[in-house]
Amino acid sequence: MPLPSPFHERTASLCESLKFKSWAGYFAVCSYESHPDPEYFAFRNSAGLLDITPLFKYELSGEDSAAFVSYMATRDVSALKIGRVTYSCFCDQRGKVIDDGTISRLDEQRFRVTTGSPAYAWFLQNSRGFQVEVEDVSESIAALAIQGPNSRRILAELVGPGIEDLRFFGLVAARIAGVEVEITRTGYTGDLGFEVWIPRDGALSVWDAVMAAGKAHGIMPVGLDALDIVRIEAGFLLQDVDYFSAPRCIIESRKSTPYEIGLGWTVALDRSPFIGQKALREEKQRGSDWGFVGLEISWEGIEEIYTEYGLPPSLPTQACRMAVPVYSTGRQVGQVTSSTWSPILKKYLALATVEAKQVEIGNQLRVEHTVEYERMRVLATVVERPFYDPERKRT
Amino acid sequence: MSDRSYDSIVIGGGHNGLVCAAYLARAGQKVLVLERRHVLGGAAVTEELYPGFKYSVCSYVVSLLRPEIIRDLQLPKYGLEILPLECSFTPELDGPGLVRWPDADKTRREIARLSKRDSEVYPLFGREMAKVGRMVKPILEMVPPDPTSLNPANLMEMLKLGRLFGRLSEEERILQAKMFTMSAIDFLDEWFESDLLKATMGVSGIIGTFQGVRSPGTAYVLMHHYMGEIDGAFRAWGISKGGTGMISQAIAESAKNLGAEIRTEAGVAQIMVRAGRAKGVVLEDGTELTARHVISGVDPHRTFLGLCEAGDLDAEFLASIKKFKMRGSSGKVNLALDRFPEFTCRPGDGMHVRGDLAIAPSVDYLERAFDDAKYGDFSRRPFMNVVIPSLLDPSVAPPGKHVMSIFVQYAPYAIKEGPEAWPERREAFGDAVIETLAEYCPDLESSILHRQVLSPWDIEQQMGLTEGNIFHGELSLEQLFFMRPTPLWARYQTPIRGLWMCASGTHPGGGIMGASGANAARRILKSRVRA
Repeated sequence: MPLPSPFHERTASLCESLKFKSWAGYFAVCSYESHPDPEYFAFRNSAGLLDITPLFKYELSGEDSAAFVSYMATRDVSALKIGRVTYSCFCDQRGKVIDDGTISRLDEQRFRVTTGSPAYAWFLQNSRGFQVEVEDVSESIAALAIQGPNSRRILAELVGPGIEDLRFFGLVAARIAGVEVEITRTGYTGDLGFEVWIPRDGALSVWDAVMAAGKAHGIMPVGLDALDIVRIEAGFLLQDVDYFSAPRCIIESRKSTPYEIGLGWTVALDRSPFIGQKALREEKQRGSDWGFVGLEISWEGIEEIYTEYGLPPSLPTQACRMAVPVYSTGRQVGQVTSSTWSPILKKYLALATVEAKQVEIGNQLRVEHTVEYERMRVLATVVERPFYDPERKRT
Repeated sequence: MSDRSYDSIVIGGGHNGLVCAAYLARAGQKVLVLERRHVLGGAAVTEELYPGFKYSVCSYVVSLLRPEIIRDLQLPKYGLEILPLECSFTPELDGPGLVRWPDADKTRREIARLSKRDSEVYPLFGREMAKVGRMVKPILEMVPPDPTSLNPANLMEMLKLGRLFGRLSEEERILQAKMFTMSAIDFLDEWFESDLLKATMGVSGIIGTFQGVRSPGTAYVLMHHYMGEIDGAFRAWGISKGGTGMISQAIAESAKNLGAEIRTEAGVAQIMVRAGRAKGVVLEDGTELTARHVISGVDPHRTFLGLCEAGDLDAEFLASIKKFKMRGSSGKVNLALDRFPEFTCRPGDGMHVRGDLAIAPSVDYLERAFDDAKYGDFSRRPFMNVVIPSLLDPSVAPPGKHVMSIFVQYAPYAIKEGPEAWPERREAFGDAVIETLAEYCPDLESSILHRQVLSPWDIEQQMGLTEGNIFHGELSLEQLFFMRPTPLWARYQTPIRGLWMCASGTHPGGGIMGASGANAARRILKSRVRA
């Protein structure tokens, strides 16, 4: 049975649909009403407020904290400035991805790392020889994502116009409703947005203040269903859906390296040793077996196969996490792991892992699609990720 | 080629003209769009007439903008974002009103309050309409075939059409025949008993027409609106973020990016014709521009009766164009509001008002509204379709304030004092609208910061739509498909070689759909291949 998050009192009373699921053992709202459309449009058009407390959060402090984080992550954080955030993979010795998350430098000797799965033991186990203290702050810190084009205006009302200066992947300490918080300009929506890190006791005060300030700016509480659509539009992958955490895999073939899941850009090879460095260097030289791509599934193709049955085309109203095979000239070359109809782009989008030689932009593949219990194949083209990338995200 | 010579010149920067230009530019043509006003978009414009408040001045909802046009022209990249209107609310004076929700069960319970029977029939009706709509949809993409032609290409199109009809079951064909002949209310009577529900649904049959809900043929218009399509699935209506002008802006940006040239404040005075062939246009300032194709994005009346010389067209054709009914029947009131106006029958700014609202309390109310119009007056108690876009899109009003868009019917162009008397009647018309709405929303009057009233005469004067007809000609059955605008010239071609039509006055016409513009471009490109 999941536990209530510190925001549960608010989210539960607003959640008319009673649709919850467990996210890392917490009750998390899927969608507040019967379907997620209005929440999706809040993210893209005004602002959405999402409880992200279930993320795992760790504070790493001490003399060697920078060296330790750099050793654990594929990124080198020794040069990360105080008040900056970065995104990284964490790998095992074989270069297989264990987790992905953000790393914030709170101080010269203090970092906060977020992960999708519990990582305390793994940090601890690798900390021998480093002057570093690992603290699991997952429960003591509540967190909210405020995402969407109006998010900055809402925060400006709460913390002053200084927020305008917070750059993409920046961090600033602030006070909301009397509660000391940290605000990072990060998120999982691919839009302008912020995440607020709040001491547990102040959670409700901050929620109330944000909702009140956001009212005139069209804020809506948002659940995970809408998040799933926007994160696919943004081309972001999700652990346990688009890749699996290496130590939790039973078979080798389920594991992925950062290069294979499109996160090669987070790997800084030529530097001080880090876990997985050797294997990743070898892979970089040899070339990867798999690649991660964005696919645009032909809507005309979808219409065609439905027309054969005399049916109007229909798609799930939510993002789909069911893996389906991808083919090239009749042979299976990979799988779609997430897919969604993009209400803004009017396109049927998918994230897929395919053989490395299939990753070129413009490459035409076929994706399985079932109509009337029959498995059909529809044209899909490899396109650039992110599918949706508004300028406001960075400016 | 000189600077002043183009492959194609598009007259009018409305959304169809822009779509047509974009597709032609995409195919490599040198294209010029000429817009008379200082803003692009024609009837699809956003204007900030009161500081901080952005009005979708005329056209205010989108339902039919073709998804393939959105994809082909990459419109989201240029700022297009369509926000679905999830609910549909018909307030009442002496009851809680009717809300149709995106949730089928919630809607069923809502309708059951009026009639348990209707509540169960309602989804079946929707399914039947979807089936018929399914047949109509490919037709929207099709250039209307000429039923009298023996040209093989034409025969193929007729065959395709025949096959589409053939795929329908007998019941569906009967349903379709009914749709083509019955009035909206007669048609709905066969399905439903609740007056409020029938009134709510029946208004779709009269929007933009000079007919009442009990006039034959309006059942088809009902379906035309029922096809409102979002996301390639048959669903409700939407609004464009930033107002409908953003749609035009996005199409214009896309067209420019594809190489089209667009000029504003460049009104066309005349279409130049030599030896039965269009050669170019003369601008209001006297500049002559030549092109192989001249494409009119304005309505058939303005094209042939305004921009062509009578001598360039034969009398029979001119007569058929004169017969093409324009008959604007609606007006528009746009309001800037200081606060959200509460509806007495269902307070709050929840989901129920984040859709469209219909003032259509009964079938008789709607028919009485038409009675006023029949005899040359605006309706004292009109039908209204109201949207408060700022609830979904806060960018169109300052924080906490709102914009209200009110489509009003009937407001006949030809009022009994004559259309030119509209400037004197305009504010009285606006008052009737506010008074009517205030019955449902008593707070309304005191919250108004600014109001804009547009009669069909104003729409004609400002936007150039003849008689203020929002569809460039009534969407009545005898003016559709292979008869739009006239039976022999319904394929975007005109009797003048090299002169084409690409706007709402051609098939399929009506609404911010872009299909006419895209179809016309397709035809023009094919003709080039042949030449």
